[in-house]
Amino acid sequence: MAADLLKDNYVYWMEASKGQDADIVISSRVRLARNLAQFPFPHLLNAEEGERFIQLFKTAWQKISPAAMPGMTLLMFDQLSSLDRQILVEKHLISPGHARNNSDYNGVLVNEDGSLAIMINEEDHLRIQCFLPGLQLEESLDRAQKVDDLLEGELSLAFDERRGYLTACPTNAGTGMRASVMLHLPAFVISGQLNFLFQNISQLGMTVRGLYGEGTEVVGNLFQISNQITLGQTEEDIRSKLTSITMQIVEQERAMRQKIKADMVYQLEDKVGRAYGILTNARVMTSNEAMNLLSDLRLGIDLGIIKDIDVFALNELLVAIRPAHLQRKAGTEMEAFARDIKRAGVIKEKLIRQAQD
Amino acid sequence: MYCEECNKRPAAVHFTQILNGQKKETHLCEKCAAQKGAVIFNLDGQMGIPNLLGSFFGSHYIQGGNTNSPETECPSCGMKLVDIRQTGKLGCADCYNAFDQYLEPILRRIHGNNQHIGKVPAREGEIVLLKRKIEELKEQLHQAVVSEEYEKAAEIRDSIKELEKQNE
Repeated sequence: MAADLLKDNYVYWMEASKGQDADIVISSRVRLARNLAQFPFPHLLNAEEGERFIQLFKTAWQKISPAAMPGMTLLMFDQLSSLDRQILVEKHLISPGHARNNSDYNGVLVNEDGSLAIMINEEDHLRIQCFLPGLQLEESLDRAQKVDDLLEGELSLAFDERRGYLTACPTNAGTGMRASVMLHLPAFVISGQLNFLFQNISQLGMTVRGLYGEGTEVVGNLFQISNQITLGQTEEDIRSKLTSITMQIVEQERAMRQKIKADMVYQLEDKVGRAYGILTNARVMTSNEAMNLLSDLRLGIDLGIIKDIDVFALNELLVAIRPAHLQRKAGTEMEAFARDIKRAGVIKEKLIRQAQD
Repeated sequence: MYCEECNKRPAAVHFTQILNGQKKETHLCEKCAAQKGAVIFNLDGQMGIPNLLGSFFGSHYIQGGNTNSPETECPSCGMKLVDIRQTGKLGCADCYNAFDQYLEPILRRIHGNNQHIGKVPAREGEIVLLKRKIEELKEQLHQAVVSEEYEKAAEIRDSIKELEKQNE
């Protein structure tokens, strides 16, 4: 139930064991931007149009559901607290920009495990998103396309023969598709190969972003790579290109990890061991410190230096240590320092319980 | 590698442009790149998409070649070209038509392309799907003629005629 997505840490993309190459590829996402022909784009919607849009969308969705799109819950932002909306951002189900707008025609239609989320009136009327663990762009695209087909059966979408699906921003026109992968690349960082990677990626029409998308910083050696071009290529082209680029990066990252392990085993084990020591003993921890130490720990697990901790637990921590999730768990609003204390506690508890299980 | 422009200094700025599927690589030294006004996008997020778009819109706006004036208005939503430049967003689906001349070079610059070849919605794009099918059959027809399979060619010609009738 979507209520659990607001309460618990869990979201489907955390299930590393269900994805391919999940030691490096944390998650895959495909997003399709769609607009309705008869309404202005969301930033120009007035209250009356917004209301009509929502009614139209609800009718369409009820016709489709429940057989084809099971377990979907509609969360309207005027019914959600800002903490609830922040929880959805931290799970990557909605964008930070979307969460800031609590107008009564903004919302998200989300399924039980959070693998499917349709943002309503973000930059475009509808943004269909599918999130899966590991490298699974094909499956993500497939699922998003199915939802798109169902919605298109009920709603008149803005489409033009030359420009494809029409979007509020021309950077999304054409397919309206953004495919992205979240990668953990500590060896690229350690070996100073990052700039080389970035240059190559931008030449291939892809772009690198931080953890929460556009304009967000890179923390914990996590990088989001996505396609920049949406017009003049097919969905399949975009998907296969990003998949093959990702596979190449994965291969290089693995090779560099092995090289680091072979050449600098003491430094590596020291780094990982210290990370584990601090994570299981600290009383106060900022988000950045935690993200960086968790990255070291993840590397240690992937290279077999640390045992008895599974990647699922680490993925869960990526979300559990964010401000909104900490406050939800504490059941109260907290200042930065109080959150740092809570964060240290949450990490310690999780890692120690893992070691005991 | 030396700068392609001055051939004196080492090339420090490399960029690849893809225009209609044609890849063009340029290698310049910093000085020549600055003179040529090459746009270098940094990746660290200092330049967000609206900013970037603002500059896309803005730079083209200064150059000639489009008849849309800054006061040109979309007949459906009332967005003006100046508003689009400012927000980096169009107002509605009809803006794509209203500002077509203006958007053409911008789309090319963003995507290196201006023609959608991806998915077509079954209902809204019925005519497009039909046209694509006809194009595909014409290609097959050509192949059949080239390989002298005249019987097959005749069959394909008939199906094209059939589809073209539907299209009218």
